[in-house]
Amino acid sequence: MPVAPTLKSRRANRRYAADVGLLVVAAAFVLPLAWVVLSALDPDAGLQVKIPDGVTLDNFDAVLEPDITFTPLLNSLILCGGATLLTVVCAALAAYPLSRFRSRLNRPFLLTILFATSLPITAIMVPVYALFVQVDLIDTMQGTIFFFAASQLPFAIWLMKNFMDGVPKELEEAAWTDGASSFQSLLRIVLPLMGPGVGVVTVFSFVMMWGNFFVPFMLLLSPDQMPASVSINDFFGNRGTVIYGQLAAFSVIYSTPVILLYVLVARRLGGGFALGGAVKG
Amino acid sequence: MTAAPPAGPGVVKTAPGPTAPPPTPKSRSLRRALTRALPVSPAVVLLVLFLAGPIAYCAYIAFTDLQLTGQAESSFVGFDNFREAFQDEAFLNAVWLTLVFTVLSSLIGQNTLGLALASLMQRASKPVRTLTGGIVITAWVLPEVVAGFLLYAFFRREGTLNAILDWLHLPSQNWLFTLPILAVSFANVWRGTAFSMLVYSAALNEIPKEITEAAEVDGAGGWRRMWHITLPMIRRSIGTNLMLNTLQTLSVFGLIWVMTRGGPGNRSQTLPLFMYEQAFQKSMIGYGTAVALLLLVVGSLFSVVYLRLLRTEV
Repeated sequence: MPVAPTLKSRRANRRYAADVGLLVVAAAFVLPLAWVVLSALDPDAGLQVKIPDGVTLDNFDAVLEPDITFTPLLNSLILCGGATLLTVVCAALAAYPLSRFRSRLNRPFLLTILFATSLPITAIMVPVYALFVQVDLIDTMQGTIFFFAASQLPFAIWLMKNFMDGVPKELEEAAWTDGASSFQSLLRIVLPLMGPGVGVVTVFSFVMMWGNFFVPFMLLLSPDQMPASVSINDFFGNRGTVIYGQLAAFSVIYSTPVILLYVLVARRLGGGFALGGAVKG
Repeated sequence: MTAAPPAGPGVVKTAPGPTAPPPTPKSRSLRRALTRALPVSPAVVLLVLFLAGPIAYCAYIAFTDLQLTGQAESSFVGFDNFREAFQDEAFLNAVWLTLVFTVLSSLIGQNTLGLALASLMQRASKPVRTLTGGIVITAWVLPEVVAGFLLYAFFRREGTLNAILDWLHLPSQNWLFTLPILAVSFANVWRGTAFSMLVYSAALNEIPKEITEAAEVDGAGGWRRMWHITLPMIRRSIGTNLMLNTLQTLSVFGLIWVMTRGGPGNRSQTLPLFMYEQAFQKSMIGYGTAVALLLLVVGSLFSVVYLRLLRTEV
């Protein structure tokens, strides 16, 4: 071993040290993930990570039933799809004047929006429940969709406005002189140019709602309307002993769409992508 | 639209019809402002009805004795709910557990681990970096309830953690029973670290290479470089990240609900779970909402600090 290590060898050593450190953390983080994947394929799954006794698709077979999988997933899709659509449309419309026109109201409005992005939504669920009972929106899909959209809107507007600021104004000015209205130029020029940005807002809203448990848990009551995030609890309790293999299989089915969506967006925008940027403003 | 052609001396000016008064500059600019603001209105309507409305309603029913069942009228009770809360041992227990949960999982756990991962990633080789990043981010993208199940299985008596401890000949125990708040805090670290990691990765990438290299050539060791150069340069990201992590952690419900239901007893019952129990299992909507309002106020304070951190950028 050299007495005085050169800068280069010191760097190489440091890289090994960093690799080892990261791998230790990765090993700790991967254990629960390994459990769900292995148990889903295991005919005799328990609570521990173990190599399956044999690989089987029986667990998937057992849960791929209308009551267990298809209806809850469809409900999730209606709920999150509807609310995402509403969020993205409202956010795009609202972001346009904020990004394009100067007004004294912009700053206070944006500050309010930013303030709202970080409010703990969990805290207002009890009053929302009480309010929904009074106006008869409790246990309705549309009520839940409206609330989902409203809770996601502040962040969506904020993100959308930042992406829109990146589209140069000159392109639109040409269209304006040709007599295009603001709405036309938003639809034909701005939105197509910020496709990836709209994609990020859409995927982010959808993923947040897809995984949200508390909102549908509070606002929906009848079992046939429950999305997957709530119905997954049925694997526990009511049916006596828990069949962990099936729970794992359902978890895999329910989680796959959001993981795929995330990969899609991350690929498109490279690594740490927009969230870091969005957070910093 | 521009100035009218000068009228000749002999031309009689026709008075403008009552139906079309010439728009004064003021009313025209007002109308333009309104047209321009029109696209904002759907968002504003949604936000007012479904976000501001409930918040206002929250502030109102927190001062009433509204109950879930069997009571036609609720009456105004002033600060009774709050007075009751601060004498309620279960509430104080929830405040304490929320504090423990937030400090352990957000301030110490997610924040420090996120920074450590991000700075290790700066030096690690690419495959290791990609692999670790992928695993940590997967934990973050998973739906909250699924994450809850995975960590429930991990911490159960028959779970993976105890199997590993047995293998290492260390004493195993029923984590969800003996140390439930620690178990849910670790669960939150597992689930939330990716966010800090992404924020810090972005921040570290923006530090010019020359600066760290110069310090390295001058012989500053890893820790000193971190303390004197890196941390001061990313302090704004640290502030932002701490705020957002804390706000996120304050409102965690599903994860704890799935893992322990706040139990055993109420030994992992943080404020959101306490609020839920009071409002629905004990039917005290007024009291539950008072707790919610306190949570909201704490959240708003953090929000305001966060806004101040971002102040220069809006």
